[in-house]
Amino acid sequence: MAMYANLRRYGSRLAVGLAVALVGTGVTWMVVAAEHPVTAASDTGAAAAKTPAALGDGPMWPAPAGSSQGPDRPTRLGPSAEPEQIKITDPKQLAKVKRGEYLMRAGDCIACHSVAGGKPLSGGLPMVTPFGTIYTPNITPDDETGIGKWTEKDLWNAIHNGINRHGEYLYPAFPFTSYTKVSKEDVSDIYAYLRSVKPVKRKNTPLGMAFPFNQREALLGWRMMFFDKGEFKPNPKKSKEWNRGAYLVEGLGHCGECHTQRNALGGTEKDEALAGGMIPIQNWYAPNLSTAPHGGLEGWTEKDIVDLLKTGRSSKGTVYGPMAEVVQDSMQYMTDADLKAIAVYLKSLPPQPTKERGAVVEPPEALVDEMVHHGKDIYEHKCARCHQSNGNGVEHIYPPLNGNASVLAPNPVNPIRIVLLGGFEVTTQTYPRPFSMPPFAQDLSDKDVASVVTYIRQAWSNKASPVSPQTVRKYRSNDGP
Amino acid sequence: MNTLLRQITRQIGRMLPVACLFVLPVHAADLSHPVTNTLKQRVESCAMCHGEQGQGGANGFYPRIGGKPAEYLYHQLLNFRDGRREYAPMEYMVRPLSDKYLHEIAEYFANKHPDFPDTHPPKLSDKAMARGKQLVSEGDPSKGIPACSSCHGKQLHGVEPGIPGLVGLPYEYISAQIGAWQTDTRAANKPDCMAKVAAKLSPADISAVSGWLASQTADASARPAPAGSVHTPMTCGSQEN
Repeated sequence: MAMYANLRRYGSRLAVGLAVALVGTGVTWMVVAAEHPVTAASDTGAAAAKTPAALGDGPMWPAPAGSSQGPDRPTRLGPSAEPEQIKITDPKQLAKVKRGEYLMRAGDCIACHSVAGGKPLSGGLPMVTPFGTIYTPNITPDDETGIGKWTEKDLWNAIHNGINRHGEYLYPAFPFTSYTKVSKEDVSDIYAYLRSVKPVKRKNTPLGMAFPFNQREALLGWRMMFFDKGEFKPNPKKSKEWNRGAYLVEGLGHCGECHTQRNALGGTEKDEALAGGMIPIQNWYAPNLSTAPHGGLEGWTEKDIVDLLKTGRSSKGTVYGPMAEVVQDSMQYMTDADLKAIAVYLKSLPPQPTKERGAVVEPPEALVDEMVHHGKDIYEHKCARCHQSNGNGVEHIYPPLNGNASVLAPNPVNPIRIVLLGGFEVTTQTYPRPFSMPPFAQDLSDKDVASVVTYIRQAWSNKASPVSPQTVRKYRSNDGP
Repeated sequence: MNTLLRQITRQIGRMLPVACLFVLPVHAADLSHPVTNTLKQRVESCAMCHGEQGQGGANGFYPRIGGKPAEYLYHQLLNFRDGRREYAPMEYMVRPLSDKYLHEIAEYFANKHPDFPDTHPPKLSDKAMARGKQLVSEGDPSKGIPACSSCHGKQLHGVEPGIPGLVGLPYEYISAQIGAWQTDTRAANKPDCMAKVAAKLSPADISAVSGWLASQTADASARPAPAGSVHTPMTCGSQEN
């Protein structure tokens, strides 16, 4: 149904895009088939058997590592790794490299182009999509296996246009759709930084995609539908600070890649920008970033936003899930001025209704009272010892649940999953020894979890919809980001 | 006298904030449930499955971590975080934590020495128990299987810095770990000697060795043997830092 609605919305743009995509794959397919008639045919047979089920799953968007089997399988970088750099003596060049390093952090390149136990920026992280897996490439300046032969213009072409050194389209798992707004000067600094990293020899992992998704030409169609190329254009009516915030949020920070709902083809729509969205495959909800009434950050002050991004905690809530990694790898390194600019920009977002409600089944009304009662009992025994009976938490340690936007979001997936998974708070320079929440997956039944989440959504000043055991069931098998 | 009093007052004044930080609960006055600024409070998530003292969970699958060598626990935490050991809830738990903090947590549980819970071993045949005992104390040279005790210590309470004790663990946990090595869902730093040993064990041997170990009475006052007290028959990455 959602797919149908989307198809209608894109109308002719979609038709043209799809046609181009089909022609693109067709042409390449004929070439491949002619060169390797036997192998190519058998490969496609296997691919055809695998892909249809995956297709129905949702948009083409990556989930991070963790789904491949076996030991030494690549997972996300731990919090202690720093790229090794060559020594630079020229003070002017050093300043440029330092600026580039800062921008690399702001763009969070390191999070995806690294794996735990590997050398930072040497790539290899599997980005799992419903269409197959893309392994992030080595972006250290090694001539053979990295980007040692890339010129500054090549990097610009990748970041601004989404096209690699060989003229091939890049998969939008690389967020060039946002990075296209990054200025030429900033790309130049990032290039200088990447050249300053010690080269690492690590051969890129081949694309884990089957036909037709391994045909990069087909991306032309996707680009026609969802890629608007162009550097950030400052709004002269707004302050310098606001424009800096907009540049960071829309460009390098690529916030919209998660906080804007993706459609069935993995694209995002401008009129729903930053109004919140489900992150496909990962199954976390990235909230609506509006601070206006009914926004996902309703009532958040500039200070709250800055605190959360800088330290992982604020008086309104604690960061968790994929955003915890963003704070840990990227945001905590930003200057206070840049974080404040981001806050100023987010505070200016227009009120947007939160449309995303998820595939939620609400419990029958007659059961809700009993669930709230049961949930309160569980809360007092298991949750109040940290979050307190009044739901206000403990400042700087345990987040409040009363008035917490994550608890109240129309889509209840996040509070459900947090009750099931528990977990440590994020590690930041401010809080190197985080506190934790026990996982309750093995302790509470689906009905228990539904009851306690319903209770916290309706206790104190909270007023949000109840949650059914069926909805809890749906997310029980999700192991984490 | 006045000077002395002033000095004492000043000294108390200086010490008071520090004392409060460690002793008093945080914001005691406003809280219905006091919270302390301690590592114990920080690692509540561990206690949920492994017990407050690391004594292990009520079922057979959450192992005792209290009293195991610190470096062994530290390596397991790193293995979960860095993709060498698979168990989704543990991987998720340790993902955001720094090496330094994981080490602190490992030391915290290594220094706990709770009583051993009953492991409820299954009843195995006399033949299986004899085979289990043989594998633990002598190994099976004909199959190239070293004795468990040749690495894990004569008392089987582990060896500092990186070899864990084997007694006081449930049958389910031990057999599941050997199985995990066989199916590549658990690995240690290379050379991974347990992977080599596990590969040589038949299902009957896994059951025998797990059953015999689980039925031994463990002594809570026993400690891991000191570093260097065993000469392992193979080189193990897990014994190196």
